[in-house]
Amino acid sequence: MMVHHEKQLQSSRAITGTTVILISLALMVFGFYYSITSGAADISGADVRQAFSHFNAEKETHLIVMDLRLPRALAALLVGAGFAVAGALMQGVTQNPLADPGLLGVNAGAQFMLVIVFAFFPFLPFSSIILFCFVGGGFGALLVYGIAFLSAGGMTPVKLALAGAVVSAVLVGVSQGLAILFELNYEMAFWEAGGVAGAEWTQVRVIIPWILLGLVIAILLSSYITMLNLGEEMAKGLGQRVNLIKIGAAVSVFLLAGAAVSTVGGVSFVGLLVPHIVRYLTGTDYRWIVPCSALVGAAAVLWADIGAKMVNAPYETPLGSIISLVGVPFFIYLARRQRRELY
Amino acid sequence: MVVFVILSVNWGQLRLTPFEVLRTLIGDGTNQQELVLFEFRMPRIVLAVLVGAGLGLSGAILQGISRNDLSDPGILGISSGASLAIVMYITFHPLSGGTSPYILPFLAFIGAGVTAVLIYVLSYRKGTGLSPTRLILTGIAVGMGLSAVSIVYTLRFQPEEFQFVVEWQAGTLWGGNWVFVMALLPWIVILFPLSLYKAHTLNLLQLHETLATNVGVAIERERVGLLAVAVGLAASAVATGGAIGFVGLVSPHVARRLVGNKHQVLLPATAAIGGLLVLFADTLARNIIPGTEIPAGIIVSLLGGPYFLYLLIKQKK
Repeated sequence: MMVHHEKQLQSSRAITGTTVILISLALMVFGFYYSITSGAADISGADVRQAFSHFNAEKETHLIVMDLRLPRALAALLVGAGFAVAGALMQGVTQNPLADPGLLGVNAGAQFMLVIVFAFFPFLPFSSIILFCFVGGGFGALLVYGIAFLSAGGMTPVKLALAGAVVSAVLVGVSQGLAILFELNYEMAFWEAGGVAGAEWTQVRVIIPWILLGLVIAILLSSYITMLNLGEEMAKGLGQRVNLIKIGAAVSVFLLAGAAVSTVGGVSFVGLLVPHIVRYLTGTDYRWIVPCSALVGAAAVLWADIGAKMVNAPYETPLGSIISLVGVPFFIYLARRQRRELY
Repeated sequence: MVVFVILSVNWGQLRLTPFEVLRTLIGDGTNQQELVLFEFRMPRIVLAVLVGAGLGLSGAILQGISRNDLSDPGILGISSGASLAIVMYITFHPLSGGTSPYILPFLAFIGAGVTAVLIYVLSYRKGTGLSPTRLILTGIAVGMGLSAVSIVYTLRFQPEEFQFVVEWQAGTLWGGNWVFVMALLPWIVILFPLSLYKAHTLNLLQLHETLATNVGVAIERERVGLLAVAVGLAASAVATGGAIGFVGLVSPHVARRLVGNKHQVLLPATAAIGGLLVLFADTLARNIIPGTEIPAGIIVSLLGGPYFLYLLIKQKK
């Protein structure tokens, strides 16, 4: 009876999981098309098809499609997948419902490194800047987790959130100071606001391998993370090498969040929201959560970016702000709902 | 404190020896010395002390009513509310010579007040009341949301407005002249005695909630009233001194170490330490790299941030 029930549950989970994947794929395709055709210059679908099949460098519409719209849409997809899966892994491994790369110091650390690069090595190419962002993001997250880990009461979600907020405040403060000294405020403000508006092919090309590598690691680890999510003791009892899984997950988060942050800047809440929604729909199996998060995250950021273009056209509205407007109420909802487990 | 005031008076682009300062004070200095002393340095020093005192008091009251050591107007998102109000004002009234410094504290107060009410309502639950954890989490989230809205408008500013807002958000004592001192002074003069008057209530609120009710304190009403005082202090300080974080956190802690937990002594001690802290940071800020100004807020967060994290590590629950 139990086994039967279990099987039924599993197959219904598989159905919702597949549905989630199909719907988000549809949203991605439709959003991709919409993102490429809409904007300051209206471009017809025929123009887009032509730009792909018979590219003509003389035609302005073709150039807009290939050089501006396409990398922008691709960057949105990559960044969305990166943040969402990073958030899912963080939440799974630390069993912290409030985990998100932006909230736990990754953005602030990357921003800090970026100011240093802009101030002292302004001529570095993007492919090296991204490495600095990795280091900075990792440094921020390490600080936050280190502090929460050292805390007397252990690494509770609230301690992580507080440590994240304060480490971010200090790192952002130092970044602001450097930005004021070196007159980099405007550049940094755009970065802090977050957006893929200025994404170029070079950036997309540089981050694709990192994001893919991170996703592959995440998918390989997903079944182990499901077990870890049941509790560390349990996972150990089942013969899992818990530390190895944790290190693998950390590497994946590092690659995904680092690459995403360096492209898009200060965007938070994607990694918080998407895994929660996905978990609500598909349950607790990370073999479903990881791929579904990747697709839902990609579709979500793509559509948020379309919103950033449209809300106040012809001005760009910062992507980070648009996502925050959805993310903040959700965060408050989580904070209200959780009671004991947060402490 | 006196030592610091003397140091700060002496230290700056133009050095004045203590003797010269004394001579200028009794009206015997050169014109240049008088100008530097009365028009630049003195107002800035007074402002720094007032801003620090306001923020410190605000933090002490917030920590008192939320019974949480980690409360601070910045962390609770109240500064973000004040900040947003100022950004909105500049959006609709581009900065020109005509901006009255009196209007900024007032607007900041409204922004901070609305934010505080919002956080209070969002973190309040029937039955459990005001949980400190929920209060802080909600504060962080609301602060992030308001900053997200701020940045939308900030990016549309003219360069000089943009520069102003960025430096203000980093916490520069930008309005270092007597007008700003006069804009802030009434708030402190009214609210400081008021908080002292309520010190007994704050002591009672430290006890367990049911206990406090039994003693006869109408908790919710007192809390709301004290919250308004804290908001007023934070908002006026932030509006004139910029968004300086962590003063409200650190100064009550240091004061508690020195004078203990009774709010009658704790509040004045906090005000003094807060004033000292901002004065110290601002003096340092003016002088680290000659010719440039690092906002005092950054120096305070470099000192206060690690201290906060230390408290976080130590705190059991």
